[in-house]
Amino acid sequence: MENHLRGDGPLPAERDVAAAPVYGDDLQLALYLCYELHYRGFAGVSPDLEWDPALLRTRAALEERFLGALRADARRHDSVEDALAGLLVEPVDGTGVSHFLRDKGELWQLREYAALRSLYHLKEADPHAWVLPRLRGRAKAAMAAVEFDEYGGGRADRVHAHLFAELMTDLGLDTTYGRYLDAARAEVLVTVNLMSLFGLHRALRGALVGHFATVEITSSPGSRRLAEAMRRTGAGPAAEHFYDEHVEADAVHEQVVRHDVIGGLLEDEPHLERDIAFGVDATVFTEDLLGDRLLADWRAGRSCLRTPLPQDVTHTS
Amino acid sequence: MPNSPSDAPRRVTVQRKGPLLLEGPVEVELEDGTVVSSDRFRVALCTCRRSRRHPWCDTSHRDRA
Repeated sequence: MENHLRGDGPLPAERDVAAAPVYGDDLQLALYLCYELHYRGFAGVSPDLEWDPALLRTRAALEERFLGALRADARRHDSVEDALAGLLVEPVDGTGVSHFLRDKGELWQLREYAALRSLYHLKEADPHAWVLPRLRGRAKAAMAAVEFDEYGGGRADRVHAHLFAELMTDLGLDTTYGRYLDAARAEVLVTVNLMSLFGLHRALRGALVGHFATVEITSSPGSRRLAEAMRRTGAGPAAEHFYDEHVEADAVHEQVVRHDVIGGLLEDEPHLERDIAFGVDATVFTEDLLGDRLLADWRAGRSCLRTPLPQDVTHTS
Repeated sequence: MPNSPSDAPRRVTVQRKGPLLLEGPVEVELEDGTVVSSDRFRVALCTCRRSRRHPWCDTSHRDRA
């Protein structure tokens, strides 16, 4: 696959796509490489490959397996209200990644977490922007407004992806786009591929909105815990600020997404209800997959990266 | 005399559970006289008094289980 992108190798054969573990490294990396061509691409790879018919056929085969597995494996709800209900209750004794990092996360674990999440946060809000032309009226206006906030309200220094790069600098990480792709395990790629899948298909616009709602609803309390982790470990002011900003911003976004984006879309296209619920359910499923993996590694004192980070943290702030 | 658009009433969204939603930007004067501001397009004001980022909502109104 990588060699194909460079111009001199075969695409994965149908039987390889059919045989590969669906949440495993090979399938998820192949899908990630296909999707990245729609964002910023790769050095040395022709931008024309974004619409290469052979590559799109391969992508479709990979997507069919991924989507089929998600529909089968995620715990499903028929209504949006039921799908969201669990997310709107805060567990008193939560056991997720953000709880772990708040209570006992060490700086090396926060660095690993940031390196892995950089695959999304350095293009934060981008996969969701693809849904805009597919919405109308209230849903469109509200979605655009939240995206405008994600993109810094017109100010480059407030773009959330930029705030995340500053967090990475505080943690002594390399902010180059795509730098930690090779370090990321399949479970990380799954979470990013999910939003690219939903974002790139108009047929999955309901699922994309469900994904966005899930992120916005869970972000605020999770970000508070991560901000506390950054403060406790002395990660640096930009590292704290990224999560502090998300506590407040996403408390608003959650309201707007639930009332106006989901509410508006359901008014406009009521038949999308199950798709929106599926988007929520699939997001919860993939985040749990990643969370379980990170916690299993960290509790065993292991790195959760394929290639460990350089040890020296050099504070620049 | 027709009203100019700026004379249109400002809509505030009230919910039984959850923050007060206002069109931004807003300035909020606190009890001690300090004024805080938010320039977001929409602003969520805490009504449950549990927020640790008062006066802004931080989702602390949610049920706990």
